Amino acid sequence: MMAAWQLCVLFVVSAVVGYFLISQVPSLLHTPLMSGMNALSGITVLGALAAAATGHQCLAFAAIILAMVNVVGGFWVTDLMLKMFKKEKGAAHDE
Amino acid sequence: MNDTVYLIIGILTVLAVLAGISAMSRVRSARAGNAIGAIAVAVVLVVTLCKHELLGQPMVLVALIVGTGLGAFGALRVKMIQMPQFVALLNGLGGLASALVAYGSLNVGGGLEKYASQIALAVGLLTASGSAVAAGKLARMLPQRPVILKGHSVIVGGLLLLTVIAIIAKASTLVVIASLLFGVFFSIRVGGADMPITISLLNSLSGVAGGVAGIAIGDPVLTCIGGVVGASGLLLTQIMGRAMNRSLANILLGRTTVTASAKGAHAKPEAAASAEAAEAPAADNAPAEAEPVAPMSAEDRSALLKEILSAAKDVIIVPGYGMALAQAQASVKKLADTLTARGAKVRYAIHPVAGRMPGHMNVLLCEVDVPYEQLFELDDINSDFATCDVVVVVGANDTINPAANTAEGTPIYGMPVLAVGDAPHTIVCNLDDSPGYAGVPNSLYQSSKSLLMFGDAKATLAELLDLLK
Repeated sequence: MMAAWQLCVLFVVSAVVGYFLISQVPSLLHTPLMSGMNALSGITVLGALAAAATGHQCLAFAAIILAMVNVVGGFWVTDLMLKMFKKEKGAAHDE
Repeated sequence: MNDTVYLIIGILTVLAVLAGISAMSRVRSARAGNAIGAIAVAVVLVVTLCKHELLGQPMVLVALIVGTGLGAFGALRVKMIQMPQFVALLNGLGGLASALVAYGSLNVGGGLEKYASQIALAVGLLTASGSAVAAGKLARMLPQRPVILKGHSVIVGGLLLLTVIAIIAKASTLVVIASLLFGVFFSIRVGGADMPITISLLNSLSGVAGGVAGIAIGDPVLTCIGGVVGASGLLLTQIMGRAMNRSLANILLGRTTVTASAKGAHAKPEAAASAEAAEAPAADNAPAEAEPVAPMSAEDRSALLKEILSAAKDVIIVPGYGMALAQAQASVKKLADTLTARGAKVRYAIHPVAGRMPGHMNVLLCEVDVPYEQLFELDDINSDFATCDVVVVVGANDTINPAANTAEGTPIYGMPVLAVGDAPHTIVCNLDDSPGYAGVPNSLYQSSKSLLMFGDAKATLAELLDLLK
């Protein structure tokens, strides 16, 4: 288990790293980027699972459902959107 | 499973997520990047299930299945046009989930952890209520116009202060009430065109809520990914703010909306303002261009339109939220195809805040199979307006208003706009000549280079298509 202050440092470091990686994403892809990040924020399901393990059953039940809707819905629609970005006809088809 | 193994898997998960984000910087690899992120989350989810020995708990499994089912159902049902409200809704759910996690850990850990729980509770709940209101507005279930109460800023500021005091005092009930109300009052006064900023900010806050909840419960994966999402939303908020000439401080203080007086200006109530705006381009070394258009007969206009479009070799299309409202994307594509078939080069100029969320126009155009190479950002295409043959504006207004360069004191002054006024001809397919969301009259409408085709964009675009047949 990491200490709280170590986690605070980790939070700041990931935010800085994330900021630089995300600044490379062109504005063309800002909508899928946002919905992808949105899906990632559903990672809080890990916290909901931890809550289930510590006996907060009702709370965990609700939190797991909410976070899973966020994760699944978010990644799915991001994929639907990215699938639409196509090159000009004749050009090599995108993966 | 011991903590070291979990930590190693956690580190790998975070690295995979970062690699996925990195892959999203190019269209070719973006889809794979999203898949990497999804797989990483799935793996760490299963690992966490094993770690806490939850696989035997039917309640947990039912919740996972129900959540997955609802998420998939939503994703299958949602239409592209509904994407802004769907993203806002999901965002709110994520914030609420983080708040619940924080609520469950209010009495766990040392002093720092306890404060982290209170903060995550507050941020999660204000994200949830703020996103719910934003989603309601985007889905047109709530009024689109900003709802501004008397002393709104005082209420919002007071609620924020109250939330902070409650966090410091660890008065969780007060945290819940104050933060929920803050979210509602913050979002309710935001109008349509300010939505890109608001959604970006709420997106950031949902990440912060998750990350801080991670600190509260001692989960490094949650902390890291929450931090990344928080940074992503912050960056988008900054980009949107820059594109609307609003500082981050202004946005955070809630000054995201236009002033009430400017907002009410409809049609031409202020002759002075409109005259000022009309004269403005003249000062900007474009003499004689702002003269009023002489009335033209319908036949003359059609003939002129036909002449301009038939001769055009370099066309720039400028879409705005009006195109989305009129659902005219397919008509735009048809016009572009026809022009291309006649040998013209067609490009699209996309303003960063066009639409209701960052990158909104790109998604709508890609849905109707516009190749993404034809979509250009403001900085990349702005110098080309002067050299193109004709610009077709479809439902854009504030983002092309020359007043942003010249009309000091208006809400859009200083905002970077598409230099449509530089083009030799502009065909405007907007609903009417009323000012855009910012309430500033558009001097382009008075320009002799503009041909105004007011009405439903689908119909006016069809008219243009007929002329080309």
